[in-house]
Amino acid sequence: MSNVYTEAKKGIDPGTIDSVNSLKEDYKYGFSTEIDMDYAPKGISEEIVKLISKKNLEPEWMLTWRLEAYQRWTKMFEPDWPMLKYEKIDYQDQYYYAKPKSLKERPKSLADVEPALLETYAKLGIPLKEQEFLAGVVGAEYASANAKPKVAVDAVFDSVSVGTTFKDELAKLGIIFCSISEAIHSHPELVRKYIGTVVPRSDNYFATLNSAVFSDGSFVYIPEGVKCPMELSTYFRINAENTGQFERTLIIADKDSQVSYLEGCTAPMRDTNQLHAAVVELVALDNADIKYSTVQNWYPGDKNGNGGIYNFVTKRADCRGVRSKVMWTQIETGSAVTWKYPSCILRGDYSQGEFYSVAIANNYQQADTGTKMTHLGRGTRSRIVSKGISAGKAQNTYRGLVNIHPKAVDSRNFTQCDSLLIGNKCGAHTVPYIENKNSSSRTEHEATTSKIDDDQLFYCLQRGIGEEDAVALIVNGFCKEVLQALPMEFALEAQKLVAISLEGSVG
Amino acid sequence: MLVIKDLKVKISEVDKDIIQGFNLKINSGEVHAIMGPNGSGKSTLSHAICGKEGYEITGGNINLEGRSILDLEPQDRATKGIFLAFQYPLEIPGVGNLSFMRTALNSQKKARQEKELNPAEFLKLVKEKASHLSVDMEMLKRPLNVGFSGGEKKRNEILQMALLEPKLCILDETDSGLDVDAMRQVSQGVNALRSPNRSFLIITHYQRLLNHIKPDYVHIMVSGRIIKTGGPDLALQVEEKGYGHLIANQKN
Repeated sequence: MSNVYTEAKKGIDPGTIDSVNSLKEDYKYGFSTEIDMDYAPKGISEEIVKLISKKNLEPEWMLTWRLEAYQRWTKMFEPDWPMLKYEKIDYQDQYYYAKPKSLKERPKSLADVEPALLETYAKLGIPLKEQEFLAGVVGAEYASANAKPKVAVDAVFDSVSVGTTFKDELAKLGIIFCSISEAIHSHPELVRKYIGTVVPRSDNYFATLNSAVFSDGSFVYIPEGVKCPMELSTYFRINAENTGQFERTLIIADKDSQVSYLEGCTAPMRDTNQLHAAVVELVALDNADIKYSTVQNWYPGDKNGNGGIYNFVTKRADCRGVRSKVMWTQIETGSAVTWKYPSCILRGDYSQGEFYSVAIANNYQQADTGTKMTHLGRGTRSRIVSKGISAGKAQNTYRGLVNIHPKAVDSRNFTQCDSLLIGNKCGAHTVPYIENKNSSSRTEHEATTSKIDDDQLFYCLQRGIGEEDAVALIVNGFCKEVLQALPMEFALEAQKLVAISLEGSVG
Repeated sequence: MLVIKDLKVKISEVDKDIIQGFNLKINSGEVHAIMGPNGSGKSTLSHAICGKEGYEITGGNINLEGRSILDLEPQDRATKGIFLAFQYPLEIPGVGNLSFMRTALNSQKKARQEKELNPAEFLKLVKEKASHLSVDMEMLKRPLNVGFSGGEKKRNEILQMALLEPKLCILDETDSGLDVDAMRQVSQGVNALRSPNRSFLIITHYQRLLNHIKPDYVHIMVSGRIIKTGGPDLALQVEEKGYGHLIANQKN
C-alpha cells in the first residue's frame, strides 16, 4: 500500500497523448449486453421494498430498516436548490430491481457466472481474469502479483454483485471485501453497527430512497493494524433499460489500518435517462487512513443532450478516530446530471479530510458537485482542490461548505477552486460556503477562472500537435494535481478519459 | 523553398491590411533577416506564414516547396517543416516540458507516417540535443516554460527546433530579452542547425543578433512591405543611421 502511495506521488507517465490517440471513440462503454433479466414490477411501494429484501434473503432487521426509510421517503421532496435543470423523474416509471436470470442461485465463483456477463466485463477491461485465482490456482496468483500491482475487484451488474476477486487472500489478513448483500448475511454485527451511521436514513431525498431500495454494493472491513496490500475496486454497470441503480457501499477502517479503494462506473448508450442514486459511507477509526477514488464515466447523453444517467449520489466519510484520515479523489466525466458532494466529518481530534476533484462537463452535461468539510475535533485539517472544466453548452458548478465548529480549535482549511472554460456557450459557477465559528482556526480560499488561451493553443498547433490533442494536453496539465492523487494504475486511464470526454469541444 | 508572392494580410480586429503586397523568396540553405521598426508587420508576417487563426490572407500566396500552404491548418504546416521560435513562448501549467516535446515530435512523425519514438528513445535524443544548448534535465522536467527565465525560454525554443528538424525556421525577435551570454548560446544553437537543406527567416529589431548569425540577405520591412534588400552590411547601416534614414530615402 505505502508503495502504491509513493508511486502515485511521482506522477504520471509523460506519454499521454499517444495512448489518447488510440482511443478515438465517442463512448466506448456504450454497448449493452443481451441477458435474460429478472425484473421486479415497475414502480416503488412497500411491496417492492419487501420484495427486494426477500430476493436478497435479508434478516428481519434489515427489512424493518428499509421500510422505515421508505415511509420517510414518501414524505420527502426532491431537492430543488442545485443548479441543475432536468425533466422531472417519474419514480413510478422505474424498475427498482433487475437481476440477471442466471444468477438466481448466488454464484459460488466466477465459473458459475453467465459467460455474457463475463464478456461484458472483458469489454470494460475489468481484470476479472483473477477468476482463476478464485478457482484455487494459488501459484498463479503470486506469479502475476510480481508483474503488476494487484487489484481486487467487486463487480456490480445492474442490481447485483457478480463476483469478488482475491477474497481468500484478503481473508487471510482478516480483511472482508464482499458485496453488501453478502455482508448482511455473513457479518451482520458489523453492518448493523455501522450502516446509516454516516449517512442517516433521513439525510436527504436520494439517500433515503437508496436506504429503502438499495440492492447491492460493496462492503469492506479492514481490521485493526492491517494495511490492505492491494487496491480494492468495484465496477458498477447499469445494463438494463429503465432501471435505477441504487448501490450502497460501506467501508470501515479499524484503528491503525489503511486502505485504498477505487470505483468505476459505466452504462450503455440509451436515449432515455436512467437514475442512479448511490450511498457511500466511510468510517475511519483512530489513525486509520482511507483513500477513496472514483472514476465516474456513466453515459453522459448524446451531443444533443438526449439520454444519459442522472447521478444523485451521497458520499460521506466519518473520521471518527483521532488522527484518522480520508482522501476523496474523483474524476467525474460522465452522467447527464451529476449531484454529488463527497464529504468528511472531522470528528476525531487531529483528523484530516482531503477532496480532489476533476469535473468535466461537455455538450449538455450538468454537474453540481463539491464537498463538505465539517470540522468538529481540535486540530483538524482539510484540503479541497477542485478543477472544473466546462465545454460545449455544459454547466459546471462547484458547491462547497467548510464548517468549523466552536470546539474545533486550531483547525485549518485550504480550498482551491479552478475553473476552465472551453468555448463561449458553457458556464462555470463557484458557490463556496465558509463558516468559521472558532477564532483560532483558519480557512483559505483561492479561486480562478480561465479560458483555454488561443495563444496557448496556437503554440501547440505550431509544434504539430492536433487541436484535440492540444486541448487534452492543456486540460490534463490543468488537472494534474488531482490526477496525481489517483492510484497510479488508474491515473493513465483517467488522463485518457479527460481527453475522450472533451472530444469535439473545439473548432 | 519558400516563395511569398504579393501577400496581403489583415488581422481580424483591425480594418486595414497590415501586410500590403509582400514579396520574398528564400532558397534552401539561405538565411534571410527581416529588420524593421515597431509596427512594420514583421510578427504579423511570421504568424501568417504559420497560419494563426485571426490572420486573414486577403491576397497573394505563400508557397512551400512549390505548393501553396494557405489551405493548411497550422499543425499541418508545422508537419511540413515550418517552425516558429516564438517571441514570447507560452507557458502551459502542469504540462511537462519533456512530455510536450515528445508529443510534438511524435505528432509530426505520425502525420508523416514515420515511426514514433518511445520514451526511452526520445529521452536519448533529447539529452543529445539538449547538451549543446545547456538545457539540463531539471529544466526538461519542469512544466513547459512556467517560471523559465527569458534566456531559458529562448534556449528551450531552439531545443524544440533542433528536435523537430524543420525545413524553415522562423525566429521571431529571438534576441529580445536576452543578455549577451544567452544571445551567444542561442546563436550557437542556431548556427549548429544551419545546413544546405534548412532555411532561416530571422526577424529582429537590432543588428546585434546578426553579428552572431550571419545572414545571406537582409531585408528592411516598413509598413507591411520590403523597402530595401541587401547583404549583412545593410544591417550595419541600419544600426548606424536608423530606419528613418532608409524610409526617407524610399520616399525620395
